[in-house]
Amino acid sequence: MAVISYREALNRAMDEEMARDPMVVLMGEEVAQYDGAYKVSRGLLGKYGPERVLDTPITELGFTGLGVGAAIAGVRPVVEWMTHNFALLALDQVVNEAAKLRHMSGGGLSVPIVFRGPNGPAEYLSSQHSQGLASYWAHVPGLKVVAPANPADAYGLLKSAIRDDDPVVVLESEMMYGDKGEVPDGEYLVQIGKASVVRSGSGISLVAFGRPVKYALEAAALLEKRGIDAEVVDLRSLRPLDEETVMASVRKTGRAVVVDESWPAASVGAYVAHRIATVCFDALDAPVGFVSSEDVPMPYNHALELAVQPSADKIVAAVLRALYLEE
Amino acid sequence: MAESIVMIALSPTMQDGVIAEWIAEEGQAVKPGDALCEVETDKATMPYESPVSGTVLKIVKAAGQTAAVGEIIAVLGKPGEDWAAVIAGATPVAERPAAGPSAGVTSTEASFPALGPIEPTVAAPAAPPLSAPPAAPRASTASAPSSPAGASPSSPAGIPPSSPLARRLARDGSVDLRTLRGSGPHGRVVARDIMAAAGKDTVNADAPKSAAPGGASIGMASRGLRDERVPLSRMRSIIAKRLGDSYSEAPHFFVRAAIDMERLLELRAAVNEGRDKPIGLNAFVMKLTAAALERHPLVNASWEGDAIRYRPAADIGLAVSLDAGLITPVVRACERKGVEDIDAELADMVARARSGALKPEEYADASFTVSNLGQYGVEEFTAIINPPGSAILTLGAVSKEAVVRGDAIVARRTMRVTLSSDHRVIDGAVAAAFVAELKALLEEPALALV
Amino acid sequence: MKKTDAKLYWELRNDMVRIRRFEEKAGQMYGLRKIGGFCHLYNGQEAVAVGFIGAMDHERDKVLTGYRDHGHALAAGMSPDAIMAELFGKVTGSSRGKGGSMHLFDPGKGFLGGNGIVGAQIPVAVGVAFAQKYRKTGGATAVFFGDGAIHQGAFHEALNLAKIWDLPAVLVCENNQWGMGTNWKRVSAVEDFSLMASAYGVRGERVDGMDVLAVRDAAVRALKDARAGRPVLIEARTYRYKGHSMSDPQKYRTRDEVDEYRKQDPIYLLEEKIKAAGAWDEARAAAQDAAADAMAAGAVAFAESSPEPAPHTIYEDVYAGRPFFMGEPAYAGRN
Repeated sequence: MAVISYREALNRAMDEEMARDPMVVLMGEEVAQYDGAYKVSRGLLGKYGPERVLDTPITELGFTGLGVGAAIAGVRPVVEWMTHNFALLALDQVVNEAAKLRHMSGGGLSVPIVFRGPNGPAEYLSSQHSQGLASYWAHVPGLKVVAPANPADAYGLLKSAIRDDDPVVVLESEMMYGDKGEVPDGEYLVQIGKASVVRSGSGISLVAFGRPVKYALEAAALLEKRGIDAEVVDLRSLRPLDEETVMASVRKTGRAVVVDESWPAASVGAYVAHRIATVCFDALDAPVGFVSSEDVPMPYNHALELAVQPSADKIVAAVLRALYLEE
Repeated sequence: MAESIVMIALSPTMQDGVIAEWIAEEGQAVKPGDALCEVETDKATMPYESPVSGTVLKIVKAAGQTAAVGEIIAVLGKPGEDWAAVIAGATPVAERPAAGPSAGVTSTEASFPALGPIEPTVAAPAAPPLSAPPAAPRASTASAPSSPAGASPSSPAGIPPSSPLARRLARDGSVDLRTLRGSGPHGRVVARDIMAAAGKDTVNADAPKSAAPGGASIGMASRGLRDERVPLSRMRSIIAKRLGDSYSEAPHFFVRAAIDMERLLELRAAVNEGRDKPIGLNAFVMKLTAAALERHPLVNASWEGDAIRYRPAADIGLAVSLDAGLITPVVRACERKGVEDIDAELADMVARARSGALKPEEYADASFTVSNLGQYGVEEFTAIINPPGSAILTLGAVSKEAVVRGDAIVARRTMRVTLSSDHRVIDGAVAAAFVAELKALLEEPALALV
Repeated sequence: MKKTDAKLYWELRNDMVRIRRFEEKAGQMYGLRKIGGFCHLYNGQEAVAVGFIGAMDHERDKVLTGYRDHGHALAAGMSPDAIMAELFGKVTGSSRGKGGSMHLFDPGKGFLGGNGIVGAQIPVAVGVAFAQKYRKTGGATAVFFGDGAIHQGAFHEALNLAKIWDLPAVLVCENNQWGMGTNWKRVSAVEDFSLMASAYGVRGERVDGMDVLAVRDAAVRALKDARAGRPVLIEARTYRYKGHSMSDPQKYRTRDEVDEYRKQDPIYLLEEKIKAAGAWDEARAAAQDAAADAMAAGAVAFAESSPEPAPHTIYEDVYAGRPFFMGEPAYAGRN
């Protein structure tokens, strides 16, 4: 089992899928000659040539729509958004085209496309380049949305996404591209729609996705020192959502804290908390806790930007409230 | 063929329109798209363009007249055609909501269900009324500013706020919430308060499940004597009634035996080799008990006052202790099931019994019952028959006993069992023959194959 | 006039009459509330769809358009029954009652849809052209849009992409002169849209959109260029007779203006050409008209007699694989 970075895991997934299926192409800003703004596509141009690894102009609406058109006509594009912040320019093409063409055509068209790129708070980037936009995509029927939190899932989920016949949005994280982890040597897929219990415990369930899974694990380690045995559930897929795994955990522990780096209102975390409160009502000993980003745009100052985001300490505090150990 | 021209909705909200002016005259030929007339709608005056080509044979609605959407305003056709027949033959176009189904497809409408909430598959039992029916207001309170009849206060006096989990634990453990002071925000009673009341020191919500199998109830575990009167839980009332009736009505008699368990325990170990989840001893005993019942069907019977009903299947209940009392989930037709299935059914039902999710039909109507207090180290005990069955078998602890084998004294793992029987149904010799058969089967399980 | 020309002219007349009669019928059915929502009719613009799409190779070429899509769908060879049933929202409709008037699709005929967002179909169409080039199918893609859509960023981004990647795409702006209630001149920096092509180094051409033969000639030229990797922009100047949609009282233009354009009616103009060529045949014209009426009436009868979709079908055609739904689906498992 090799230890590789999250970035390398994504690269390996695309490399293998392009080798496997000649219909897979990669397009986006700086993906070819520059090797990718975050070097996720490093080396692919040399291997697969300019017909399959395409530098686009800075026109998110245009090349995202072009990818959708290519997908309904037999190609399987991977569209890289330099970040999800810029994908807002392509929102119409994802929400009104990719997600709806199958439906509006009564099942006549398929849209096998992957939209991927970094999402979520980064560092020192202020308001427009540092924000969690997961709920923009998770809201929309017709899309699938995944958020790998470690290299192994990044590899296995991206491969599944490329093979999926529906449009899949992949939420990566700029802050995790360098994270290293064990990835099995052989080829494998991670099924879209399956959460993972990344730490087993009996005292409380911490439910998170993407980068905040790391904070939840840190919080669990802090809690262990206080004799509190937290379980951590990594959703991995936001749409579909693996309620079975989440609810089994909460039924076991009787308490839950949901963590989401997006803003609190209309967020994936808020939805998950609502589902737990509904489905597990009789198993709960406390209201479902929720740790999100503060409801403000991201400031530039580092101390301020950290104050905005979820953290292990904020999760610990939410856990203590849910256990009635602190007000 | 002549065609009727009907008023159409020229705006989405238009219900009818007034013919402002006829542009085409009777006898005039028109093409599709030619304006026939001007129509005043609720919003504007709009031209009505001919949808067809032909000659205007008859203007039915003159200028100034109002026509509802769907009403004929003119007839077009070839000169000389019979316009009156067209009008006579026209069926009024029924007004319908835009989103509704088309007329003339009633057969397919019937093939899909009406929209509406999905009915629950199991009808909920009718809840008893919580307060006086609103149809009978009391005159004396009619003008009083108190809460209206039928509305129950959200927080009944004396009951503190409590978490859903705490309420469930309190129910299961027969803990009266009214006796507690909550430690959560605003005095909310939370799980730990129930645990404290029961003398447990854990914040684990899974406590009922993690208790020892058939383990001590909250009341038993609670140390220290106390001066307290605890109202009966519903479960406790039912247990009291049923077992009291059974013991006073059914003449009990008892037959005992000591069983050499060596072969069965070896067999169980062999079966469980490599299994993630070992099959419990109770499942083996229930399977072999079913085999014994097949050979002695007189024991598998119910007393019905004027008759004895012999039961067609060995529906064996297993007494399971809960924090709040006792319940007997029933594995149906054990004679037809393997030990794996019996064990799986038991595990499922016991888990659900502890979470309060066992359905009544799952713990009612056993034809025979097994009760096992072996894990407490009890050597032997007698039990009260669980009606409508006529016999209950108790299992003591398996322990090594000195046994004479040939001329030697050897240590053998032994279990003592006692069969309680209802003498109205089962005679002494029948009970004895059954116990002997059961002993033989437990000591040599292979006999069950014979 | 050659005999083959006469045959073509009569075919073009027939295709335009079919669209005209279908649209008249659709308007009538809308008035009877058999059709709901937005319903954008194509009357007056028939020469563009018939002239252009008629020149395409239906084996390998693809067509995309906006929401005023009945004419293009018929010109591409879609079944009038399936279209009318779709307008009625019936399960026999081309999209099983899920698309409606604005969203007609028939992938088997190369017709990839009616799109409801102004201009959004243009990048999608350029992507279809990308796939044609990438897969070396030899096909080209034509995308139709209005004078409103040409100012969308989607148009400009897509035309640039088509050029830099040498894609086999023809962008056809149907300038019917009214973007809903706004005259095109009020919102356009240039009055000749074909000039916009020069900004992206592609060939632009203006064509009389009321003249089906001129449109057809332009289509042949443009498709030839496109197949050679040279995308083309065409502005077809035309006119819609009807309101923007069925609820449009058309206060922004006079009846005289509409009547003036009716003198340039594409069907009328073609008939004049046939007459001038001495190939006019009154009986043949009457037979075409009658067949078109029967086609429209037959489509209505088919739609009327078709069943409504069952509620559980809302869960179909959302995902390719095993469907899933957030929340608690109310009608799942019922049929």
